[in-house]
Amino acid sequence: MKTTLTICKRELRSYFGSYIAYVLTALFLLLTGGFFYTWLRYFILFGGYVLPSGLWQQVFLDMRYCAMIVLPLVTMRLFAEEKKLGTIELLWTYPVRDVEVVLGKFLGAWLFYLFMLVPTVVGPLVFYAFYRFDLGPFLTGYLGVLLLGTAFIACGMFVSSLTENQVVSAMGTYGILITFWYITWNESVASVAVIEALLKISLFDRFLNFARGVVDTQDIVFFVLFVLYFLFLTLASLDARKWRGVGAAS
Amino acid sequence: MIEAHRLTKRFGFFTAIAEVSFRVDEGEIVGFLGPNGAGKSTTMRILGGVFPPTSGYARVAGHDVVLDSLRARQAIGYFPERIALYTDMTVREYLGYVADMKHVPAKQQKREIERVMDRCAVTHMAHRLIGTLSKGYRQRVGIAQALLGQPKVLILDEPTAGLDPEQVTEVRKLIRELRGHSTVILSTHILPEVEATCDRVLIINKGRLLAVDTPSNLNRRLRQLSQIHIEAQAPVVSLLEAVRQIDGVVRVEATHTDGNVVSVLVSTEPTKDLRSAIAERVVRQGWPLLEIRPVQLSLEEIFLELVHRRDQVPASQEVSP
Repeated sequence: MKTTLTICKRELRSYFGSYIAYVLTALFLLLTGGFFYTWLRYFILFGGYVLPSGLWQQVFLDMRYCAMIVLPLVTMRLFAEEKKLGTIELLWTYPVRDVEVVLGKFLGAWLFYLFMLVPTVVGPLVFYAFYRFDLGPFLTGYLGVLLLGTAFIACGMFVSSLTENQVVSAMGTYGILITFWYITWNESVASVAVIEALLKISLFDRFLNFARGVVDTQDIVFFVLFVLYFLFLTLASLDARKWRGVGAAS
Repeated sequence: MIEAHRLTKRFGFFTAIAEVSFRVDEGEIVGFLGPNGAGKSTTMRILGGVFPPTSGYARVAGHDVVLDSLRARQAIGYFPERIALYTDMTVREYLGYVADMKHVPAKQQKREIERVMDRCAVTHMAHRLIGTLSKGYRQRVGIAQALLGQPKVLILDEPTAGLDPEQVTEVRKLIRELRGHSTVILSTHILPEVEATCDRVLIINKGRLLAVDTPSNLNRRLRQLSQIHIEAQAPVVSLLEAVRQIDGVVRVEATHTDGNVVSVLVSTEPTKDLRSAIAERVVRQGWPLLEIRPVQLSLEEIFLELVHRRDQVPASQEVSP
């Protein structure tokens, strides 16, 4: 546990010690802020009085794209950078378990995501000052964004553990996430049963309930399993050093 | 303190080391000597817990490096061949991180970090970012992190590679100072390093352990060859042939030709001085002898000679005229 925190602390240091944290946060806030403003204007002009479907659904649906664009750039360095620099070799010689390393890095990226997410409430807070809306659907939406982002981070960390090239790491993550996005788009090419099954595993469709202000235990369980699955894959991928070696074999 | 038993490591079809067995006793400083790609780093990585052997086993401070990996790793300090540190941390922060990773109790951390910084002479760099340090200082920080936590066993993979001569001397001194405190296994492809620091030497080549001996014995065994350099005006093939027939010549090799002037390196048995015999043979053929002198072999060259002879790689004895 202590080791996990040590590694998490180091990851956060690494994010905030360079420009990367600020550039990515700026990008994320620009995108989310832009969407919130646009949808708020839209809601005021045409939306009527139903906030959950009129405003929050649109805002949170767009927020997932922001997360999809930014999070692979957050997770790309987690393992790829250490592999490239060679710092990973020393890491394996310390008396720590692989799982502690994985959880530490995961937690670091997750806390950074939280750091990016917190300022996005500023817009809605200002809105709240003028208009006392029902907080339930709003908080549900955030829970959804948080869970979705957590899933993205787990997935991105796994891809990062496969390569020592950060660009490959980010691109691979985009590949997987985009697949999960459009997987259910084309209803006409697959039978109803297939589409139903795909809907069950589609990250983005699972998110829809949260955006509408509905919390379903099934959805939460799905995200938790998704995260655990990718954490497990990351561990398995790190295990590959045992037969593949680290860096140049000599 | 370190025990390796028939260690074998394969990567796919490539066998990095095969059946490597050795022991290192408590307090010993042992050198691991071999050319690049011999399997030194693979062996050290196994001892350091980076990956397990394909077969065989190793124990460090009594703990199996695979079955009891955490405790084995708790007992070691490791310096990787390609030293890479987190460039975005200061020396002090980095050592603090390492102290946490090595589970050094919080109360002792400050003193322990100061001890290793002092030991490795990086105290005045404590608040510099590692990314701004020179290679020599990074190397020292690398050694400092290995020493942190006072591990019983130190595994140092080429600790002096890439340093300037003064720094090399310092690092060797540092290692000698560890005598008695820690058991050290260090790898190198430089023989004098072994002579300067080690109690015993393990020689490895192509993944196999060739010899285990003390540096002085090794030195004696290695100096079993002498070489003579000659330069003459003669046809290459006939000259090589003529010299090769002389009794006591082990190997003949043309090193350079310039027009009809040929330089030849003659390896001979160490007990005989064949200079006069060679000169006589060359002159009797009517070839002008331009130069003849004994070649002082460095330990490195003798070592390479030995390694290559063991491989029975047919050395090129002729060049086409």
